[in-house]
Amino acid sequence: MKLLFSRDVWSEIFASIGKNKLRTAITIVGVLWGVFIYIGLSGAAKGMDNGFERAFENVAMNSLFAWAQSTSMPHAGFKTGRPLRLKMEDATTLTNRIPEIQYVAPRNAKGVFDGSGGAQVVRGQKTGNYTIYGDFPVFTKIATKKIYDGGRFINDSDIENNRKVCVIGERTQRELFDEDEEAVGGYIRIDDIYFQVIGVHKFVPGGGFESDSDVFIPFSTYRKLYNTGQNVDWFSIAAYDDADVVAVEEEIKAVLKSVHKVHPDDERAFGTFNLGEIFNRITGFAKGINFLSLVVGIACILAGVIGIGNILLISVKERTKELGVRRALGATPSEVRGQILMEAVTLTILAGIMGIILGAFTLWIIDKQTAGSDFPYTNPTVPIPYLVGAFLIMIILGTLIGLIPAQRAVSIKPIDALREE
Amino acid sequence: MIEIKDLHKSYIMGSNSLHVLKGIDFNVEEGELVAIMGSSGSGKSTLLNILGMLDVADEGSYTLDSVPIKNLNEKKAAQYRNKFLGFIFQSFNLINYKTAMENVALPLYYQGVSRKERQEKALKYLGQVGLAEWATHLPSELSGGQKQRVAIARAMASEPKVLLADEPTGALDSTTSYEVMELIQKINDEGNTILVVTHEEDIAKMCKRIVHLKDGIIEKDEKIEQVRASEYV
Repeated sequence: MKLLFSRDVWSEIFASIGKNKLRTAITIVGVLWGVFIYIGLSGAAKGMDNGFERAFENVAMNSLFAWAQSTSMPHAGFKTGRPLRLKMEDATTLTNRIPEIQYVAPRNAKGVFDGSGGAQVVRGQKTGNYTIYGDFPVFTKIATKKIYDGGRFINDSDIENNRKVCVIGERTQRELFDEDEEAVGGYIRIDDIYFQVIGVHKFVPGGGFESDSDVFIPFSTYRKLYNTGQNVDWFSIAAYDDADVVAVEEEIKAVLKSVHKVHPDDERAFGTFNLGEIFNRITGFAKGINFLSLVVGIACILAGVIGIGNILLISVKERTKELGVRRALGATPSEVRGQILMEAVTLTILAGIMGIILGAFTLWIIDKQTAGSDFPYTNPTVPIPYLVGAFLIMIILGTLIGLIPAQRAVSIKPIDALREE
Repeated sequence: MIEIKDLHKSYIMGSNSLHVLKGIDFNVEEGELVAIMGSSGSGKSTLLNILGMLDVADEGSYTLDSVPIKNLNEKKAAQYRNKFLGFIFQSFNLINYKTAMENVALPLYYQGVSRKERQEKALKYLGQVGLAEWATHLPSELSGGQKQRVAIARAMASEPKVLLADEPTGALDSTTSYEVMELIQKINDEGNTILVVTHEEDIAKMCKRIVHLKDGIIEKDEKIEQVRASEYV
């Protein structure tokens, strides 16, 4: 420990490092480059990870959709080709039977899968055809809906009272209202029924079939308006964060099949779309890139550190006589070894710090260049544990590599070292 | 100060064994200035290396200032060298990227002397060899004689019991050689014990005692009338 905090030791180290500046610089470049690549790659991987996360931030990462089709196998006395409808009570059955499910949002829609082209919406002289969704408030737990100031999404009270209220899209607002008109509080006619606008939602592109003109009304109101009874077009389902969405998907299908008396092997009766699985693939890809960048980065650091070891070996060879003189003057073998080791570690760390600075600077430049573009790349930071890890790796590798020239330095007897010309 | 009894040393070279020192008995009192003379191969350098704890004897005993020197590991040897001995080499062996003062201070660094004290002592000994104003110069900026004087200051800096000089004038012209010898005599006058290995007759005559080595044994050991180097300068 005394070795680490003595000014004399450091001045000895810097004197010998500074003795051959060109060689030191070239050595440093090796590790610097390794650390730079490590920082650049892991920062870029992190940036991409963040970018994906931003692109899908408005949808629950582990959500899936389930809808009914028609049977393809005869079962329990029913013949094949029987059309199926999801029912309201299925939602309760699913949540009760599958503990991994966090939320189930039954949804109905006019203008998505029914080929109707949506409902005609009228306000004064202005009209338009828009998709109408019947929704529960819980839907916002699965897919976030951003509502402009002054508005709100459908709430439980709207459902209970079958209120004729609606949340409209940005485009709907643009097409039905004048620019300086306040939409919230205004009335529009959906299929000849008056609805009060309670909010305008901000459309976030993120895949799926939703658009900036969608109109959301309470599920109960939708049921009355279109006479859908207990029918549900599809369920939006969110599993808990730690659940295996693929397994949950299978369970949902199995439960639905048993409830609707469908043959257990009938694959066509219910359709599902597993957003969670897609996310898992994307995050898996990002993780793979992350891992790759770690491996490549560490390999680069290793190559650089080996370079330092090489240079120090040559340096020790060149300094054989000097080290012999030092030992004749009373330097113990451990002092000589310590000095060479410290030189190795100091070079490594100096190079590492420069590499980190350079890498951070490059990441910053890339971030500035890609800001505002569609490229999935946000906030490319290198996590602190990675930095600490890189430093530990450098110190450990530097020490290990330094051991070779350090051992070489003391393996020659002082008398032989002095004879060296 | 130095007591050597029946010292033997052989070098193994391949299948041959080369018997270099064949039983040396030899004492040095405090304050002596001894020249060890002999042709090359006589064993004088080997003897000096053993005295300097850079090499170990196969047989025999070596006592330095009442401390028996035996079974030394590298660390102990380094500490004894630092404490007891000062080395002066033929090729000066200054560290080329350190200034004269830093070179002189180096043994003190390994003694663990504080930085400030080191610098004071280094300047003091540089002053004694007449190079105080050259303290901040690198060895490459010094002449041969100056380098050897820096080396002598370095050997003196740790205040050793014995100074060991291996051909101290071997790389110098005769005028400079006499200057260096004058300095060595001056240091000896102050009571320091000095051993000088040389093959030059005139240098040996400037010591107080000459030990002639031949083929690994002491051929002649004589006290002489010292020639003062100042007569030549």
